[in-house]
Amino acid sequence: MELQSNSTTDPKNNQPENLSDTERWGSLLTGSALVLTGLSQRSLRGVLLAIAGGGLAYHGAAGQKSLQDTVTEAAGLNQRIRVEKTVTIQNKSPEELYRVWRDFENLPTFMRHLKSVTVLDDRRSHWVANAPLGASVEWDAEIITDQENQLIAWASVAGADVDNSGFVRFQSARADRGTEVKVVIEYSPPGGGLTAAIAKLFGEEPEQQIGDDLSRFKMLMETGEIATTEGQPTGHH
Amino acid sequence: MKAVCWQGTHNIQVETVPDPKILNPRDAIIKVTSTAICGSDLHLYNGYNPTMKKGDILGHEFMGEVVELGSAVKNVQIGDRVVVPFTISCGSCFFCNRELSSLCDNSNPNAWMVEKVMGHSPSGLFGYSHLTGGYAGGQAEYARVPFADVGLFKIPDGLTDEQVVFLTDIFPTGYMAAENCQIQPGDTVAIWGCGPVGQFAIRSAFLLGADRVIAIDRVPERLQMAKDGGAEILNFEEIEVGDALKEMTGGRGPDAVMDAVGMEAHGMGLEGFYDQAMQKVGMESDRPNVLRQAIVACRKGGTVSVPGVYTGFVDKMPMGAFMNKGLTMKTGQTHVHKYLHTLLNHVQDGKIDPTFVISHRMSLDDAPHGYQIFKDKKDSCIKIVLKP
Ligand SMILES: NC(=O)c1ccc[n+]([C@@H]2O[C@H](COP(=O)([O-])OP(=O)(O)OC[C@H]3O[C@@H](n4cnc5c(N)ncnc54)[C@H](O)[C@@H]3O)[C@@H](O)[C@H]2O)c1
Ligand SMILES: [Zn+2]
Ligand SMILES: [Zn+2]
Repeated sequence: MELQSNSTTDPKNNQPENLSDTERWGSLLTGSALVLTGLSQRSLRGVLLAIAGGGLAYHGAAGQKSLQDTVTEAAGLNQRIRVEKTVTIQNKSPEELYRVWRDFENLPTFMRHLKSVTVLDDRRSHWVANAPLGASVEWDAEIITDQENQLIAWASVAGADVDNSGFVRFQSARADRGTEVKVVIEYSPPGGGLTAAIAKLFGEEPEQQIGDDLSRFKMLMETGEIATTEGQPTGHH
Repeated sequence: MKAVCWQGTHNIQVETVPDPKILNPRDAIIKVTSTAICGSDLHLYNGYNPTMKKGDILGHEFMGEVVELGSAVKNVQIGDRVVVPFTISCGSCFFCNRELSSLCDNSNPNAWMVEKVMGHSPSGLFGYSHLTGGYAGGQAEYARVPFADVGLFKIPDGLTDEQVVFLTDIFPTGYMAAENCQIQPGDTVAIWGCGPVGQFAIRSAFLLGADRVIAIDRVPERLQMAKDGGAEILNFEEIEVGDALKEMTGGRGPDAVMDAVGMEAHGMGLEGFYDQAMQKVGMESDRPNVLRQAIVACRKGGTVSVPGVYTGFVDKMPMGAFMNKGLTMKTGQTHVHKYLHTLLNHVQDGKIDPTFVISHRMSLDDAPHGYQIFKDKKDSCIKIVLKP
């Protein structure tokens, strides 16, 4: 901290916001930074793409803001929902956990809002999630980065009902204390109007939803099952 | 089957409900042969837990016979006679690996509710509100036990239900609370509350080498039982406890103090009135009279052990006394799994006969009456065992 305040060339002041954000995001992905909170408003998708080095079908999303983006941002409409959660899992290596997660078809077992995930090929998958009133929302996702046993990053492709992106990182905890699993997921409504719909989709609390998903992943990995009381008897209520 | 169901404050009913089923591979179903009512159940009965729902099946002290097993339970057989720790533990997480079974990471499906208030969630508990998982309890003819491969303890032949049923909670609870006093030879331990937990704490403190135990309550038969257990006794309605303790310990104060009362402590005078009022209007969820008194009474450098249950916030904690006297506090729901074998041995070896605490035996149908007399301390009620 002191070094920075003494410095006359504080990178924060001299560099364009996007670049330093990208660096910080990058260090989060590689594991040298531990906490996301406080990071920029820049979209996760953009950062993931920038780090992957481009070359994917939906370039435009990475860099410059479109006019529509600028307008919705100015109007405060684009409240992206971004969630960051970490758990530590005992007695399982990053490799073992990575392998379970990398088969996206396993995800609905512990991610309760997902109806199904169908793997289409090595990079593409089709996701169906529950929406209120028995409806569902669907999207295709593509893997942006896949670092074996360490990191998987994905984003929905054009035409998604809900634009979203995320990554999961597996990292040995310090001092042999299990494996830390960090998940960051972001839902970005295109025009703002969807924010409410997404909130509904996640029962108002996407943060809690992802947290619960991750707890269930941990239960499954540590105990072989997911603790439940669904189906137990009760008296009249 | 028949089950004791919570229907609101001071309203419990014995209802006919569906039998429990195996829900997970590590589950077992127990035919309950004995189950007890606990002081912790009174906090629910008295309406201090906002996450109770109508129809919830109560009870966390129970034992019985295994009648059904999930596919993953290999170390228990149908027909085994077992006791069930009230804390639900997975046996393999960070905390279970350290024998901190009441802090298990994986047994509370409603962990998020607790995390909001406490930062992290303790383990799931049987029959103890939705905050700790909403598991159906054992005051019933049958009960489902999750993680049965680590949550069932076989009882050797030749021991009666009444000798072993308290291994599910109050004996380990009293024992851990005494262990938390970090007793050294020559130590005096002061224990507030002569309910079942206090009674087992008194006897455990002696088992762990205490020189002297001073027990505090106001209910005559409970004080008498404490005296029978070897304690010196103080009636807090007749005497100023802080002064008395100081006099009895040569001015130094007890080496360790224990709050075996918890959040519904009976307060005296203005302070008691203040806490009652604060609790009524929701400004304070728990009444910490005993905790305050214990901290002030404890000798410098001593230990405060808190088995009494708190769920929320307390007001006017004497933090100055706690800090400046260099005290240590140790607390928690009991890590029952850790103590069960040791204490079972103590029972087998005749070092203690846990049946001393039983004042009433009833059928499940009489549970509503049982709750009432236990709450009101009527009919010399100290501990009730229900026989489904
Ligand atoms: N930590 C755990 O795992 C665990 C397990 C079981 C019970 N408990 C808790 O332990 C506590 C005691 O349980 P119990 O079954 O013995 O309950 P209980 O209600 O039978 O006993 C409480 C006793 O405290 C006495 N008391 C009330 N106010 C007092 C005061 N100001 N000073 C001295 N004594 C006072 C009462 O007269 C009563 O005899 C409860 O809070 C219960 O929830 C904790
Ligand atoms: Zn109990
Ligand atoms: Zn555990």
